[in-house]
Amino acid sequence: MSTYLDELEHKTSVDDPTLGDTEIQNYTINFGPQHPAAHGVLRLVMELDGEIVERCDPHVGLLHRGTEKLIEYKTYLQALPYFDRLDYCSPMGMEHSYVLAVEKLLNLEVPLRAQYLRVFFAELTRIKNHMLNLGSHVMDVGAMTPNLWLFELREDCMNFYERASGARMHAAYFRPGGVHQDVPLKLLTDIADWLDTRLPRLFEDAISLVADNRIFKQRNVDIAVVSKEDALKWGFSGPMLRGSGIAWDLRKSQPYDVYDRMDFDIPVGTNFDCYDRFMVRVEEVRQSARIMKQCLNEMPVGPVLSLDRKVAPPRRGEMKRSMEALIHHFKLYTEGFHVPAGEVYVATESPKGEFGVYLVSDGTNSPYRCKIRPTAFSHLQAMDFMMKGHMLADTTAVLGAMDIVFGECDR
Amino acid sequence: MGHSAPKIVNPDGLADKIAGLLGSMLIEAVDHADELSFTVVRERLAEALDVLRVQGEYQQLMEIAGVDYPERAERFEVCYHLLSVTRNHRIRVKVTTDEDQPVPTVTHIWPVAGWLEREVFDMYGVIFEGNADLRRILTDYGFKGHPLRKDFPLTGYVEMWYSEEDKRVVYKPVKLAQDFRQFDFMSPWEGAEYVLPGDEKAPQAPGAPSPVAAPPPPPAAPKGEPAGATPKVTEKSEDTGAGEPANSKGHEKSPNAPVQPEHNTDEGKGAAKPEDKG
Repeated sequence: MSTYLDELEHKTSVDDPTLGDTEIQNYTINFGPQHPAAHGVLRLVMELDGEIVERCDPHVGLLHRGTEKLIEYKTYLQALPYFDRLDYCSPMGMEHSYVLAVEKLLNLEVPLRAQYLRVFFAELTRIKNHMLNLGSHVMDVGAMTPNLWLFELREDCMNFYERASGARMHAAYFRPGGVHQDVPLKLLTDIADWLDTRLPRLFEDAISLVADNRIFKQRNVDIAVVSKEDALKWGFSGPMLRGSGIAWDLRKSQPYDVYDRMDFDIPVGTNFDCYDRFMVRVEEVRQSARIMKQCLNEMPVGPVLSLDRKVAPPRRGEMKRSMEALIHHFKLYTEGFHVPAGEVYVATESPKGEFGVYLVSDGTNSPYRCKIRPTAFSHLQAMDFMMKGHMLADTTAVLGAMDIVFGECDR
Repeated sequence: MGHSAPKIVNPDGLADKIAGLLGSMLIEAVDHADELSFTVVRERLAEALDVLRVQGEYQQLMEIAGVDYPERAERFEVCYHLLSVTRNHRIRVKVTTDEDQPVPTVTHIWPVAGWLEREVFDMYGVIFEGNADLRRILTDYGFKGHPLRKDFPLTGYVEMWYSEEDKRVVYKPVKLAQDFRQFDFMSPWEGAEYVLPGDEKAPQAPGAPSPVAAPPPPPAAPKGEPAGATPKVTEKSEDTGAGEPANSKGHEKSPNAPVQPEHNTDEGKGAAKPEDKG
């Protein structure tokens, strides 16, 4: 008790320099799962030496909903809306991998307009996702204003979603064989106006507040540097890989839909730190706007859903007149379509990185196995290695630059 | 033109080249839907993947996926999806295993395998030998069972909620308000190997165990002809046992019936008339 009181009173002595010193051991703190910067339900168990992170053990799975198990009990069409609910910040990016996997198993051709619409909305999704991530990254390291401005843009994207599909978030717009329905011309012209006026103005304004901001740079530059070799070993993809200086983008290297017709650039980082990852995403927004404008210019007219009636349902008007169409509709929405046996792994460049679907079919109307390859899983796993030796306060910057959404990570 | 999924070019002779690299480790090579997959010997998996990483230039391990085939002798398949960023190509490497046989870990080759192996362990119970941190990852703390096995029910075994009485979260055996319904869409003409509901009396394949013998029918009432002399038919209305309709004349009007009032008043529409009360 007496030593304890001595410590409290800061008794010191010239003879014994250690008198009164409190011996501090490493201690463990729990970050989350309700921390606002945990971006959902991440629980980090961190071992700290003072303010330095020695070890960091992420506990995930708090949002595990058994999506993969549920999909095994659904038809191929019923499984689609689960993908919206994986990464709920970029729903159509998730759908994209799944519909492409189903189409690959069926070897189904998709009408050209549908391919353009998918690319168009996939890029809108990328903008929507990055608006959330850039904004919250900025807010995690202390700035408030840009987040509010970027949320305005995100709100615009949601409104466009709603006008195309009827839902602001969980669109279920991409379908095996195309997209659910055509968009009105007014929507396309409105998005074109938005791309020309509102998006660049608000976005560049918001980014100008942080890109050269001294505080923002102090919080991000040289934080969590990941070399090229490490990025490959840890299975990084998307902006995290490009932030580490590897010019790898599945839209360029393994193009799907009409990405091979698009002209766009791939930004890469030079210092491999959190600031680079942030700026890679900033540039991706500009490139996405560029792709969307090309889509608007080149988009042909025509059907937006495959005309193969054994896979894609007939139009509503056709059903009212044709008995055969009615039968097709009934069969597709009760039994669904059967997919030939086989297995494919299809990965697309979702806004967060490589989002893959490994689909095993046994020839029935529901997937035998649908393994979802989340982007966040490998990024979050590298948290321990990226955080080692950094300060506790850098956790939020590293997490923000990772762009993690737990619906996708935990499935 | 075909599908519009990501285009990956398989250069000529690549499958043979990889088979050459794998040598005696290779069991089977499959080229399906333009995707190459190689089944290798389980014990030499780490060696095979290291050869592919160094000599085959597959730098990235993107995914480890488990699949369960309960009817096979080694029921689990573990699929490693590799990506080459220099040659822009993907392959899949598979091993098979069961509940007891461990799969060698590849965490020393790719640290990303740590969590991916943990997930396969969590979902299927496949053991990875050498993985230092083989804990559950996605399921609840203290979860029992391996949920993605085909014999694990979709609803699980326990359900949890916050109990207002106990003031804590309680776990109880799952209770379904409605039976779990699973419809299969196998065509009965194309190899559905079971008896359809309602079809139990139809002639079945010999040797099928018959259910409990049906109780003898109750003795028929001695009415009319003895049963069994002529087969019962209902082709004419007399055969049904029904007589003349009792009210066959009911719809005819008697000559001095009162004239029905026109329906322009609310008489006869249910509104009680005052004089009826007398």
